[in-house]
Amino acid sequence: MSLTIKYFGMLAEVTKCNEELIEVNECTIKELTSKLLEYHPDLKSKNFKVAVNQSLVDEDILITSKDEIALLPPFAGG
Amino acid sequence: MKNTTTIKNVFVKGAIAPDFIANSIAKHQSKTNIGAHDIFLGQVRADVINEKTVTAIEYSAYEEMANQKFHEVREATFSKFNLTCMHIYHSLGTVKAGEICLFVFVSSAHRKEAIKALEYVVEEIKIKVPVFGKELFEDETHQWKVNN
Repeated sequence: MSLTIKYFGMLAEVTKCNEELIEVNECTIKELTSKLLEYHPDLKSKNFKVAVNQSLVDEDILITSKDEIALLPPFAGG
Repeated sequence: MKNTTTIKNVFVKGAIAPDFIANSIAKHQSKTNIGAHDIFLGQVRADVINEKTVTAIEYSAYEEMANQKFHEVREATFSKFNLTCMHIYHSLGTVKAGEICLFVFVSSAHRKEAIKALEYVVEEIKIKVPVFGKELFEDETHQWKVNN
């Protein structure tokens, strides 16, 4: 399935894009994350959380093709 | 499904002007059931890091999620505290050192509720809302801000 991954802040700087389309089989957040670290090794040194459909989730969650996935660096609001 | 109709856009472009804050206070003069306002203003600090001074912060956000989270914080605050009203504004884009980037305004019949609620709102915003800040230095380099 095709998934759009959104990157924000310092992560967008590392991946050099705000979003990208990737092809994956059905997988968990954990599996997806390790794939993204393969594509973008520089992400390994970064601290981030994964949001699915705008909520932070556990890494055991299964992803479906309709999900909106975003990698979020540490928050700095206020 | 999320109810998107009641979710407000908290973001404003650039710094929050002192006039805007003053007008916001003035608008509450007709609400005479209010006995206490409490206001938090976040201001961009000119931190010196490795001998370089921060001149501005460039804010970005996962806007849709951020507005959703602001909404959840707002709802949680209304359920915990006895407030008359609440307003939250956050900057996006560049805010210079010394300018205001966050404006939280809570109102209640009595001071204690307003004071407690304001602290709760600000702390929740810092933890839960996906806003990102790029600290710009005078030599055009930058680093990414992280909330403590």
